[in-house]
Parts: sequence; structure tokens; C-alpha cells
Amino acid sequence: MRMLAHSLPLLLDRVAFAAGDVEILRDVSLTISGGQPTILLGPNGAGKSVLLRLCHGLLTPTAGTIRAGNGGASTEHTALVFQRPVMLRRSVLANIAYGMRGGNTHTRASELLQRVGLSHLAARPARKLSGGEQQRVALARAWGRDPEILFLDEPTASLDPAATRAVEEIIGEIAAQGVKIVMATHDLGQARRLAGDVLFLHCGQLYEHTPAAEFFAAPKTPEAAAFLRGDLLT
Amino acid sequence: MHMGDFSQAILLAFGLMTSGDPGLWQIVGLSIAVSLSAVLIATILGLPVGAALALGRFPGRDALTVTFNAAMGLPPVVVGLLIYLLLSRSGPLGEFGLLFTPKAMVIAQAFLVFPIIVALSRQVIEDLWAEYSEQLRSLGSSPLKSIGTLLWDGRFSLVTTVLAGFGRAAAEVGAILIVGGNIDGFTRTMTTAIALETSKGDLPLALGLGIVLLAIVVLVNIAAWMVRGVGERFAGA
Repeated sequence: MRMLAHSLPLLLDRVAFAAGDVEILRDVSLTISGGQPTILLGPNGAGKSVLLRLCHGLLTPTAGTIRAGNGGASTEHTALVFQRPVMLRRSVLANIAYGMRGGNTHTRASELLQRVGLSHLAARPARKLSGGEQQRVALARAWGRDPEILFLDEPTASLDPAATRAVEEIIGEIAAQGVKIVMATHDLGQARRLAGDVLFLHCGQLYEHTPAAEFFAAPKTPEAAAFLRGDLLT
Repeated sequence: MHMGDFSQAILLAFGLMTSGDPGLWQIVGLSIAVSLSAVLIATILGLPVGAALALGRFPGRDALTVTFNAAMGLPPVVVGLLIYLLLSRSGPLGEFGLLFTPKAMVIAQAFLVFPIIVALSRQVIEDLWAEYSEQLRSLGSSPLKSIGTLLWDGRFSLVTTVLAGFGRAAAEVGAILIVGGNIDGFTRTMTTAIALETSKGDLPLALGLGIVLLAIVVLVNIAAWMVRGVGERFAGA
């Protein structure tokens, strides 16, 4: 654990977000603290991606406030792995070194590349890699930002089971380093494997925030129960 | 003109190229030097303007974008005339005595190429920014670093932009004819020489020069093609 927490706990107080006239999130209040991964569940269009971007500081709430540790939401001490990460038009190693602070980036990037098992691809153009490999590069790149919270936006949504397992292993390793994981997914199996607690989002509103065991055994809201049964929520 | 003239012209062109005629190579050298200098200046000035138009949000941005797009088709003779008025003895820049010198030709061609660099690089940078902006912000990239990233990652497309500018400069005759004067041994280029020889009726010589010019343009484009190919292989551009 770190001595100085810049981003934890993450507190959202009646946060809303609208894009023009379209309300995407409304009245979301929650607290995210350190510890086990927090999994953000909900159907497509629930507002998961927007919530992650707000917490990461890429978007600003149209109402309400976000407090991260002793400041506001910022990309400074948090990192985000996008569902489709953008690979810069340069080598794999250069992609990982790009966002790093401080010196010695080449060595540190090489170490991270080794940890995600892609050392042999260091000199390759990143955009020529497979989807699964690109996602691992994105994880290493986010890790290289040395974040206190790592947000992940459905990082395995378009990956096959083998690539998904590789990504989950890396996420587990990052979590073991004391980095708080906050991950959006609609893969229930993945949520069960990783979750410490669950945020259930539906139609832009937060329905539940409960420990994972409780959420999967006895969801409090009919919407979450329906989601767990695999019903199509409207 | 008879078919025989074409074969004669082709023979003459090869004859010219292999003869080592210093007059010819002086003309070819000046043409390339003027166009390259103009493209260099237009690129140094045009890339920042293109980047500003792509990334900036300021009043009049749309009007400027349309203006530069339209200016890609500026008639060379009109640009030549404007530069002529600027540089002529009684013009505002007349005291520098630049009219009918290669420098005047560089200025005129830089004027022609500048809008091409601005308009095309704006498009390249804007498209790249649409793809990159969120990712770069997430990685803590400052605005200045982001601009550098866009220019570097767009480098292969930007090379194509610069070559489009070079093509425009190398092919035009109107502007350099007016401000250069087509003075033998001083401001005569391939295009002005072709215009002159055609008007004198020396079609084989005009055609021969035309073939040399075409060969240069083709060579430059082959080089561009190879640069792109290398970019795709090594950077996935």
C-alpha cells in the first residue's frame, strides 16, 4: 500500500452526465476504496464507459462532484484501458514508454513488456499485433503510468478465451501490486472470477453497490436479478 | 506535327540527357532547386498552420479552412502577377531587387504550395486527432507533446502531402514565367523553356524537355510510394 493516496477513496456525489440533450448518467453516488477489484456490471448502454471516463477525468460531470483522494478526478494518478485501445504508429516498446514519467523509460518499458509476456514483440509495429496482443500492450502501457486506480472498459469484450485468460492474469498481477482495479464488463463469468464488490448500473442509474458474494447470491433489485438470470433488460 | 516528331523528340530527350550538355543540366538543376526550396519554405510555414487549423478552436476557423481548400487551386498566373506587383520596382518590396531572380521564383512557388500543405496536412492531422485524442489525454500527454505525436505518427501521410506540393511546384509555369522572366542561364527552368520552345516552334526540344520533366516527377512519386510502403511495414501507418 502506498503512503500517499492521491485518488483513493474515490467519491461520487450525485453525479450526472448529459451529452447535449441525452442524459447518460443521473444521480450516481458511490464510494470506491482500495482493496479487491470493483466490477462495474450492466447491459450495453447502461453508462459504464461514461462512468469510467468521468472517474478517470476525461469527462466532466454536468452535475454533482467527484473527489479522488485529496483532489478531483484526474488522469494523473489513474489509468484507463479502453475497450479498443489506440496503438500509436510506432513500436510496441515505444507505445509502452510513451506515457511514462521519469527517466529510464526504455528499461522500465522492457520490464513491463516482459511481465505481459510480449518481450519478443518489442520492436514490432504495435498496430500489426493481434487484438489480444494489443490489449496486453495497452495494459502494460497503463501500468507504466504507475496508477493508483486502473480503470478497464470491457478489456476482453472482443477477445477469445485464451486471450481473455492472458488479460485476466495480467489484471490479477497488477492488482497484486496494490493497484485498485475498477473494471466494466458484461461478462458475468469474468465478474464472478474477479470481483470484490459489484456496481450494477442500468439506464444511467446505480442500482446496487454490494460485495460480490452477496450480489451474485441475492441481488437486491429486480433489475439486477433479471440481469443475472440473463434476461434482456430494456 | 507528325508522328515522326514524337520519335524524334524521344531520341532528342535521350540525346539531351546523355549529352552532358551543361545548359540542359543548369535548367534541370535550377528547376529542382527552385521547387524544392519553395516546398521546404511552404512546409515549414504550412505544417504549424495546418496543425493549428486541425486542433484549434477559434472564430473564423471554418472560413480559413474553406479558404485554404479553395486556394489549393490558385491559378499560377494570378499568383505570379501578385508577386510581380509586390516585387516590382514601384511595389512595396521593390527595394530588394528580387524581381527576375530565382529568389522571386521561390517566393511565388512557395505561395502556390503553401495552401496545399496547409489544407492537406490539416486533414491528416484532424483525422489522426479524432482517433488519438482520448488515448493521448489518458496517457497524460500535454497539448504540445500531442502535436509532436500527431506530426510524428502522421509522418508518412505528411510526406505524401509534401510531395503533392512538390508536384504542383515542379509542374507550374505561369508564376515563375512572370516573376522569373525566363532569362537564359539565370531563371530559365524546364517548364518556362518548354513554353518558350513551343512558341518558337521547336517542338522536339520542347517535347524532350517535357520527357525529362516527366521522368523527374515519376521518380519522385516512386520514391513517395516506397516511403509509404516502408511506413506501412515498420509502423503500421
